[in-house]
Amino acid sequence: MATTTREVTPTTKPAGAAFDVARIRRDFPILKAKVHGKPLVYFDNAATAQKPRQVIEAEQQFYLSLCSNVHRGVHWLSENATQAYEEARAKAQHFLNAAESREIIFVRGTTEAINLVAGTYGRKNVQAGDEVVISAMEHHSNIVPWQMLCEEKGAKLRVAPINDRGELLLEEFEKLLGPRTKLVAVTHVSNVLGTINPVRQIIEMAHRQSIPVLLDGAQAAVHVKVDVCALDCDFYTVSGHKLYGPTGIGLLYGKAKLLEAMPPYHGGGDMISSVSFEKTLYNVIPCKFEAGTPNIAGTLGLGAAIDYLDALGLENAARYEHQLLMYATDALSRIPGLRIVGTAKEKASVISFVMDGLHPHDVGTVLDQEGIAVRTGHHCAQPLMDRFGVPATTRASLVFYNTFEEIDVLVKGLHKVREILG
Amino acid sequence: MSDLHALYQEVILDHCKRPHNFRPMPDSNRTAQGYNPLCGDKVTLFVKLDGDRIFDVSFQGSGCAISTASASLLTETVKGKTLAEVESIFAGFHDLVTGKAKTDGKGPALGKLAVFSGVSEFPVRVKCATLVWHTLRSALQGGEAVATTE
Repeated sequence: MATTTREVTPTTKPAGAAFDVARIRRDFPILKAKVHGKPLVYFDNAATAQKPRQVIEAEQQFYLSLCSNVHRGVHWLSENATQAYEEARAKAQHFLNAAESREIIFVRGTTEAINLVAGTYGRKNVQAGDEVVISAMEHHSNIVPWQMLCEEKGAKLRVAPINDRGELLLEEFEKLLGPRTKLVAVTHVSNVLGTINPVRQIIEMAHRQSIPVLLDGAQAAVHVKVDVCALDCDFYTVSGHKLYGPTGIGLLYGKAKLLEAMPPYHGGGDMISSVSFEKTLYNVIPCKFEAGTPNIAGTLGLGAAIDYLDALGLENAARYEHQLLMYATDALSRIPGLRIVGTAKEKASVISFVMDGLHPHDVGTVLDQEGIAVRTGHHCAQPLMDRFGVPATTRASLVFYNTFEEIDVLVKGLHKVREILG
Repeated sequence: MSDLHALYQEVILDHCKRPHNFRPMPDSNRTAQGYNPLCGDKVTLFVKLDGDRIFDVSFQGSGCAISTASASLLTETVKGKTLAEVESIFAGFHDLVTGKAKTDGKGPALGKLAVFSGVSEFPVRVKCATLVWHTLRSALQGGEAVATTE
């Protein structure tokens, strides 16, 4: 989480911390699992987080007692399903502190959210010779949609560079902005480096030149309290499944006046107010962007995930995750031949590393045999791998249900990696 | 022997650390690139084909221990072999790493390649072992396309 406190002594586990991780772990049924006969140590949270029972039950409850379509029927089930669906939208609004619930669009995930903005706002506003600015630490899903748009329009994709610690070079970023810049799209937190970007400054710089900003919040919403009003960002994207919610559901936040001026994304049911063969009138937002029957169960599951995080307190989770990050960073740094990739001052609990002479794929295989799930590979960020001159990294991403003991298991596992692979 | 030790046998680790025929070949007459998008393994294979016989073969690239050792042992194995022999060895190798190997001894003699038998216990690593073989096939067919494991 984004916390500015740095007083935690990295080598000590806080004794009797107020954060009751043992109780929290009981909410996540899968954490009791064994893998290859060993207790599961799940450190692949940045790929997808595990789900608390409350989320699983919310999805199940929809199919057990509420299953019907939304925004359509006059019957009891449909009315109640619609009400629950819109309540989830209100929860999402509250979670991101959006001004209005109609500024929340339900999508499949961050990838679809970014594609939606590129395919509507982008296609309308970006023309030949214009520019879109991203950063060197973007996930493929915040690169490729813009590349596709630029290719179609004859526009140019500009990439703001980062330093060796994995921090955005703000001055270089600002130099890229100009009258041709039609949009800035950057990640709030890097999925590989853990870097928390200075998004407030990024937005101020862009807004000084009247350039709207999209923030990819796939990783950030998990670790940072997001306030889209305070940030004044124009678009914000969230993946439900990384936020302890179901897969196949996510959020696009957009300022109402931008969303209203955008053409629709998909055509179909629910996004219209009237259809004739001559002319179709589109529905108002958010329905304009939610064609077809949505992922209703997933939406209710995401609502339950937001409730769970509210009850837990994101700030509490943040403090604990920062302690985990400090402890793990210190413990991994002591392993000979191990180098952490991404050492930004402002960092979320995501740790990528490489080991001398060893390929991450082999590291991951040995760790898996110890029951430890880490991500190995390029993390859908190939240009970033090239920037750091590595083909791939091993990534341990930690969240509030992880423990200091699990980090010890990882360290032991990495010693075993050396023993087996030399 | 544990599954892990069966996978990472000494021979494999040796070939990973000191790969054989790891060099460019300026006068090759067949070349192809292989890429595994899952883990980022990249291999470039150089072949000097004389009629239907492989006169020389070498490789460059970066990858995991399994893919690097597989490339190294491939170059040792196929040097001097005919195209038909290569196809037969690849088929036998594929069966070995996917756990379909014939145990009746009627399959092709795999020689040193037998050290890859442990791969069959790790299905996600099969692609690491076979990448260079797909790349070889692509080189011999003279295709321009990059061989991938997908």
